[in-house]
Amino acid sequence: MAFDVNKIREDFPILKRKVNGCPLVYLDNAATSQKPRKVIDSIVDYYENYNSNIHRGVHSISQEATDAYEEARKKIQKHFNVKDSKEIILTSGTTHSINLVANGFTSLLNKEDEILISELEHHSNIVPWQMMCEKNGAKIKVIPLTSNGELNYDSFLGLLSNKTKLVFVNHVSNALGTINPIKSIISKAHEYGAAVLIDGAQASSHIKADLQDLNVDFYTTSAHKLCGPTGIGMLFGKKEWLTKMPPYQGGGEMISEVTFEKTTYADLPHKFEAGTPNIAGAIGFGASLDYLNSIGFENIEAYESELLNYATNKLKNIPELKIYGEAKDKTSVISFNVGELHSYDIGTILDKFGIAVRTGQHCAQPVMDYFGIPGTVRASFSFYNTKEEIDYFCKSLERAITMLS
Amino acid sequence: MGIIEVQNEIVEEFSLFEDWMQRYEYMIELGKSIDLIDSSKKIDTNLIKGCQSKLWLHAELREDRLIFKADSEAIITKGIAAILLRVFSNQTPKNILEANLEFIDKIGLKEHLSPTRANGLLSMIKQIKYYALAFNKN
Ligand SMILES: Cc1ncc(COP(=O)(O)O)c(C=O)c1O
Repeated sequence: MAFDVNKIREDFPILKRKVNGCPLVYLDNAATSQKPRKVIDSIVDYYENYNSNIHRGVHSISQEATDAYEEARKKIQKHFNVKDSKEIILTSGTTHSINLVANGFTSLLNKEDEILISELEHHSNIVPWQMMCEKNGAKIKVIPLTSNGELNYDSFLGLLSNKTKLVFVNHVSNALGTINPIKSIISKAHEYGAAVLIDGAQASSHIKADLQDLNVDFYTTSAHKLCGPTGIGMLFGKKEWLTKMPPYQGGGEMISEVTFEKTTYADLPHKFEAGTPNIAGAIGFGASLDYLNSIGFENIEAYESELLNYATNKLKNIPELKIYGEAKDKTSVISFNVGELHSYDIGTILDKFGIAVRTGQHCAQPVMDYFGIPGTVRASFSFYNTKEEIDYFCKSLERAITMLS
Repeated sequence: MGIIEVQNEIVEEFSLFEDWMQRYEYMIELGKSIDLIDSSKKIDTNLIKGCQSKLWLHAELREDRLIFKADSEAIITKGIAAILLRVFSNQTPKNILEANLEFIDKIGLKEHLSPTRANGLLSMIKQIKYYALAFNKN
């Protein structure tokens, strides 16, 4: 299928709206993506036509809803090339998934053990590990950055030892767009018997990860980053690990037998899906994968890297503009500052022009500390953005700079 | 000048502007001439929370009036702070406590009052009122 951005834009109702009197130019895709009509319709269809609780009703619409929910799991399984759909846990998103694994590892690790976490992480994702370490005494070692925003691979090798039990790295950095060499990280960690958890939240809208090929132990993503709804995501875990880990939350769905003396847990994946799940969200998640696959990830990757190059070259012509994170492999994210100007000021003026960018620390305080800056302006592009939008963004940025200087 | 007179004066100045750009340019100008907080006072206890850029506010009582000084890393935030200082600095705690803030709406800055805006305008107003409360003798 030929890639026609104008046709694709028709799929996204929100792209027609105006902000502050100007057409919306949405360049905050790394925070969350916009939703195509097909995803919105799938959610409306569920609520209008077969809304029902799942896995428990004998009646027809409960069966329809159960089928749709489980169908979504199958779509996720297929998309990420997972061996067994039982290895896909539907969660509320990456944060939930990471907490689930950290909780599971609480009883599996002790004070002799170490976990490696990269300096590039989303800072909220460091917290679950700190909480785990408080309980079991395991130690956190940090894989440092290099000045172009890549992970220092040699330091990673140096930190690995027989004490290393878990390595946690994001596939793509949300602050800088760096694509990490996760395949080599996974195989190196495995040489030491360590499990690897990859946070795919930033990767999934750009890269179709083949989880069997990666041989990763855990992988997680959030649907809202890939044109799906908020509040739903997934955790892939190898069956051996998921079986070993205790359940995270107690509740309905996750049990097979309950007496006051003892409860036996349900099989995977239900052991980790306590309570009524986000049924509409799961259905929307499935629809978003269908949508992205209908466009094709080769097309998405090719077009987005064209946008990235185009924008990078234009921005580099702006005096005193400094880009943070120039990894060889990166997604369509540009983090930058201009001279001494504060990112908040630039973001505020761009908003007046109808342009949505992110400003501040991007939940990656360690990354900002590394560069010694309070924050950046981050423009992140998606396959529905255009070169005309980038032109308008650059022109507006120059006007903002003039106003603020 | 009393608080109401200063507010009216500001509303009048802003009414001359035709669009947001002129309003912001003016605000940025005001930010540049803010009554700057002494660098020794730029300490964490003087930081205003809820702000994406650092914003410091300090108050002291001179005779019966509160003198505010401020600074921010972001020039727009500094401009907003400068407007507030113009209204509230050199006023009595009692008058500060009684003042209303309708003028913010009139000068087209209402959007900055939203608690989710992360620019600290709301927190700054709160802090100014707290200082007034603390120094109010009556
Ligand atoms: C790399 C990365 N990890 C984790 C998250 C958190 O995802 P969620 O808020 O959907 O749980 C984000 C999103 O901001 C992210 O970019």
